[in-house]
Amino acid sequence: MNLHEYQAKALLRDRGIPIPRGAVASTPEQARARAEELGGDAWVVKAQVHAGQRGKAGGVKIVDSVDAVAAAAKAMLGKRIVTGHTGREGLAVRYVYVEEACKVAREIYAAVLVDRREARVSVIIAREGGAAVEERLALPENLIDAPVGPDGLDAAGINLLAGELEMSADRAALLGRILAQARNAFIELDASLIEFNPLAVTDSGDFAALDVKMVLDDNALSRHPELQALRDEDEVDPQEREADRFELNYARLDGNIGLMTTGAGLGLAAIDMIVEEGGEAANFMDVRPMASRDQVAEGIMLLLRDSRVRVVMVVAMGGGILHCDTIAEGIAAAFRKSGAAIPVVFHAAGTGKEISELTLRNQGIPVAFADSIGEAAREAVRIAGSAGG
Amino acid sequence: MSILVNRDTRVIFQGLTGATASRMAERAIAVGTELVGGVRPGKGGSRHLNVPLFDTVAQAVEATRPDATAVFVPPLNAAEAMIEAVEAGVKLIVCVTERIPVLDMVRVRDALSGSQSRLIGPNSFGIITPGECRIGVMPDRPHLPGKIGIASRTATLTYAVVDQTTRLGLGQSTSLGIGGDPVHGIGFAECLELFLADEQTAGIVLIGEIGGSEEEEAASLLGKSKPAKPVVAYVAGVHAPPARRMGHAGTVDLFGSGDVRGKIDALRDAGAIIADNPSLIGHAMREALRQA
Repeated sequence: MNLHEYQAKALLRDRGIPIPRGAVASTPEQARARAEELGGDAWVVKAQVHAGQRGKAGGVKIVDSVDAVAAAAKAMLGKRIVTGHTGREGLAVRYVYVEEACKVAREIYAAVLVDRREARVSVIIAREGGAAVEERLALPENLIDAPVGPDGLDAAGINLLAGELEMSADRAALLGRILAQARNAFIELDASLIEFNPLAVTDSGDFAALDVKMVLDDNALSRHPELQALRDEDEVDPQEREADRFELNYARLDGNIGLMTTGAGLGLAAIDMIVEEGGEAANFMDVRPMASRDQVAEGIMLLLRDSRVRVVMVVAMGGGILHCDTIAEGIAAAFRKSGAAIPVVFHAAGTGKEISELTLRNQGIPVAFADSIGEAAREAVRIAGSAGG
Repeated sequence: MSILVNRDTRVIFQGLTGATASRMAERAIAVGTELVGGVRPGKGGSRHLNVPLFDTVAQAVEATRPDATAVFVPPLNAAEAMIEAVEAGVKLIVCVTERIPVLDMVRVRDALSGSQSRLIGPNSFGIITPGECRIGVMPDRPHLPGKIGIASRTATLTYAVVDQTTRLGLGQSTSLGIGGDPVHGIGFAECLELFLADEQTAGIVLIGEIGGSEEEEAASLLGKSKPAKPVVAYVAGVHAPPARRMGHAGTVDLFGSGDVRGKIDALRDAGAIIADNPSLIGHAMREALRQA
């Protein structure tokens, strides 16, 4: 689950991370009042959407009067922010965060994440931070694997960071203590990412986390009821939210072929083949092994309600738990209920293949049977193209 | 031969009394798996599916000497169940549970390190040596005792490849899922080593996907060992859209670029045969074995 910047900052400030003072607002007047309460002579106004690269998209503004705070808020609220991290349609801005501006001497980058290969919590630092260096961050040679433990850095770690970041041992030790608090918060809150970009070194030599991105592990949320309350349903794609209710893994894509597969790898393979045939999927939808007929039906109805969808492609690979006939019954139920006339391309293999095809054959559904995933993709792309999608 | 499990493998199930576990255990018994017990806290002393139940793994180990345990335990309790099995000294732990918190898996890996145990999964379909032993949730029907070793990150694509190799008369020595979770047990490189050392295995199939570094590690091992057995690989997700993350993708993927083209290139350069489409894996293997 993604958190808003203001939510992440509140959680981390409570856990000892140096974060500038700030407050959230949903109207320009509120933004002005927040700035007056904060005091000072410069503020940063930031659009609160679940996406990185907001600065480039006009979602971050530094201003030096409360009037300008209100004007910046007015310009952002209600607008859609489109960045490399959002879909083509972007995300609507419903809140802005107003924060005291601080005098930045230098910006670095830091993140806490799980090193999946070594199975440990890692703290990563880069010499430079900020939006301009995002591409360079992808290069491993620009990243420092900082040996931060629960209490900070040991002497060798302090030496390493002092050298790499060209700062005094005292500063490096302080940075180590701050990152240890971030690491401890990561573990306490079951996070999957905490990213500080930039982490500023201020004129006075202190550190300040100017931007924070934080993602929580969905699989652990049920043991953190206080964090579940932070979920912003409006930021989640409505179809994704709907799919989640029926335990379907759904991701919205930009095409016109509604896709359902019994497995995530199978779904990726189907998307690959659709693209290679010259088409584009409207979504990824993975039915989990424990799915019921009703959950499958809800998933199909979700595809049928998507106005972009010209054809539904279903790839069912029957396993030890989920059989193809459950999928076929779900499709039949969805068409009975919705009365839709959208064509279906169906490929089944494995447990329940024969019954599933019998089930679908006599339902009055415009269904085409394919012998392979590749053939299903070819047929779906042909139908989607000829439907003028 | 085969790898990791065979007709002599003594198996217990943790969470044996659950509905899915019971069904999968019955299936296992039906194909000849030697089920020797089950663990279900609070039900120790009773019996289920004609085997004794125990309150703890340690008690089950003491009484039944299992070689392997199947973990069918809900997500928030699965890590404790795996750690209990490690501490009780069970050599092979197979966990099918999905949606386990990733930091729980970090603790499990801590427990595994330096231990006698090996973990398959979690979020794995399990492991099967056809006709001898099955631990997991896979279908039985498409399997055929034979000579292809299959290691995979994704369940249903594996069933498709099992089906292909069976239709072509090649069969499978052992098929196993290393699991779909970011932090997991046994990886592709270790599976490769085991299959390369196994006399029954004539060819190896790797089924990978976007993310992580399993494929790159397998490629690195393959490049060094230059095996006489053909390795056919398929990697799904070449056209997957970039993840819409909040954070910086490059950093998140630091410990495994995750890029499918990079994985495919690494495997090809190391001598693997690349199947462009999962439907072609069986045929690619048959051709490679003809030429070998």
